[in-house]
Amino acid sequence: MSVFDPYAPSRDTTEGTVYSVTGGDWDSLVQEIGSTKEERVVVNMGPQHPSPHGVLRLVLELEGETVTEARAGIGYLHTGIEKNMEYRSWTQGTTFVTRMDYLSPLFNETAYCLAVEKLLGITQDVPERASVIRVMMMELNRISSHMVALGTGALELGAISPMFFAFREREIVLDIFEMISGLRMNMAYVRPGGVQQDLPEGAIPKIREAVKLMRKNFKDNTTLLVGNSIWMKRTQGIGYLDLAGCTTLGITGPVLRSTGLPWDLRKMQPYCGYEDYNFDVITADTCDVYGRFLIRMNELEQSLRIIEQALDKLEKLEGAPVMVADKKIAWPAQLAMGGDGLGNSLNHIREIMGTSMESLIHHFKLVTEGFHVPAGQVYAAIESPRGELGAQVVSDGGTKPYRMHFREPSFNNLQATPAMSEGGMVADIIGAVASIDPVMGGVDR
Amino acid sequence: MFGAKGTGDTSGYGGLIRTAASTGSSERPYGSYFDEVADDLERAYPMFSEAIERVVVDRGELTLHVKREKLVEVSKILRDSLKFEMCMGVSGVHYPTDAGRELHAVYPLLSLTNNRRIRLEVSVPDLDPHIPSVVEVWAGNNWHEREVFDMFGIIFDGHPGLTRILMPDDWQGHPQRKDYALGGIPVEYKGATTPPPNERRSYK
Repeated sequence: MSVFDPYAPSRDTTEGTVYSVTGGDWDSLVQEIGSTKEERVVVNMGPQHPSPHGVLRLVLELEGETVTEARAGIGYLHTGIEKNMEYRSWTQGTTFVTRMDYLSPLFNETAYCLAVEKLLGITQDVPERASVIRVMMMELNRISSHMVALGTGALELGAISPMFFAFREREIVLDIFEMISGLRMNMAYVRPGGVQQDLPEGAIPKIREAVKLMRKNFKDNTTLLVGNSIWMKRTQGIGYLDLAGCTTLGITGPVLRSTGLPWDLRKMQPYCGYEDYNFDVITADTCDVYGRFLIRMNELEQSLRIIEQALDKLEKLEGAPVMVADKKIAWPAQLAMGGDGLGNSLNHIREIMGTSMESLIHHFKLVTEGFHVPAGQVYAAIESPRGELGAQVVSDGGTKPYRMHFREPSFNNLQATPAMSEGGMVADIIGAVASIDPVMGGVDR
Repeated sequence: MFGAKGTGDTSGYGGLIRTAASTGSSERPYGSYFDEVADDLERAYPMFSEAIERVVVDRGELTLHVKREKLVEVSKILRDSLKFEMCMGVSGVHYPTDAGRELHAVYPLLSLTNNRRIRLEVSVPDLDPHIPSVVEVWAGNNWHEREVFDMFGIIFDGHPGLTRILMPDDWQGHPQRKDYALGGIPVEYKGATTPPPNERRSYK
């Protein structure tokens, strides 16, 4: 080309302008760097890049292959969920929150519902069966979420097979979710006051079988990665963050537990009856990526233990209610899944359309307007797979939230990227970020 | 059929105006560990009565309403003497009718040592939305304060780099304020412009 063109060369065709994108200005960039004495390069990694999770943008200042400064840029997936929720009823809120951190929807829903129940003052009235179902679903969700963390984390560091196994296990969990709630993701299954519907016929034996299968399958990934010398070289001593760093940065979850502190809200500040389950809090004392990887691996087994105990409880609580008795909060229709895959309750429709005008009015008011929640503000926190997920809810006494705020662990923990990666190699940033396990849907909300 | 006027609107786009009630100060004993926290703070911080405007105990949670000038001092005492090592961020709340204290910032604190939670609340007028930053006390509040600035326009003085974090850098306004309507932004896609939800026919 005779004339310097800073952009890709183009030619006009009948379909329109066609650009030939080549290597861009790489050659001139390298020449330019060679001519200056400074070896400092600023590299923009993402938001469209296969290595960091999702649309995360990393601005890296490099000297050779060493990272001297790293900054994370977020906001590419901001959807205004908090603002939208102020315009929808309290029940409709679950449909929004489930879409924040899309890998752990049931945690989002439960944190939100616990906060709303606290505002309503009905925390003690939530039926035991509903709490047990919530625990079981959350632990299943923890498995599927950890599976994505492990699988994609390994993939990003160049190991492909662990992801095949991890997604195979995740599929088992998603099938259970589909059987119970009708949806594989974004279920809006947990509702203020309980859960949307009871377990379908034959669910418990199916879940027992899945637990057995998963326990057997987990060994595949364990044998692939634990003790694997390549994997250990890529993860040991990488992404170091000690306890002081974690507390000052507000880091919770596996990253905090990798410093040796057994901080798990399920044990420390139990909710949903977690105090009645036997399980161990897994820690590591290496403060590095490998420690966090081992924590996630071992938490899978603990989740399976909790699920088994929950199933035992559910068998004893057969036929118990899954929604608070208060008809002013609980939706009147207990939906049943029909053969066409649609939820409906013929008995309820018969009642409101045929016999009781008051039931119809009540149904209409509750579904369109929703229930009133007494004014005040609360903070409810649960242990999500990524750390403390807090729901800060303010009500003004109306039928919609006055202000919703989620303290998202991904959002907070992503701040540790510079502390974990500055001074290290470029390639190790990927491991460090993967060990935080940020989900951009949750980060940006 | 379309064009319902008045408050018959259940879609949420009708701009229904509601006012939030603010609760008064609580009386002692507060119950739970809250008395102990208040006592410890009074002992460790002699200017307690000047700095803390109200102590509210509601639904098993303790909220200390702190004057903004004293926020950093109180935070340091809470972190060092009362062992509230972690601040779980900050969230803004906009009360347009609460004259002189329209913007609130709420800080949930967590003590790993004592396994306790409390909450700090700071309120500032809309016309002077300045709050001292607590990033020097809890570094993890960096992004949280940027988010509150982005969404509410509260300016955290002393923050190392207070810029927008979720919205684009050149965005106008602060979206989570109550006077910022939902919708309001026309969507442009492939040359056609879709009006914002609140201007579409069915919502008018």
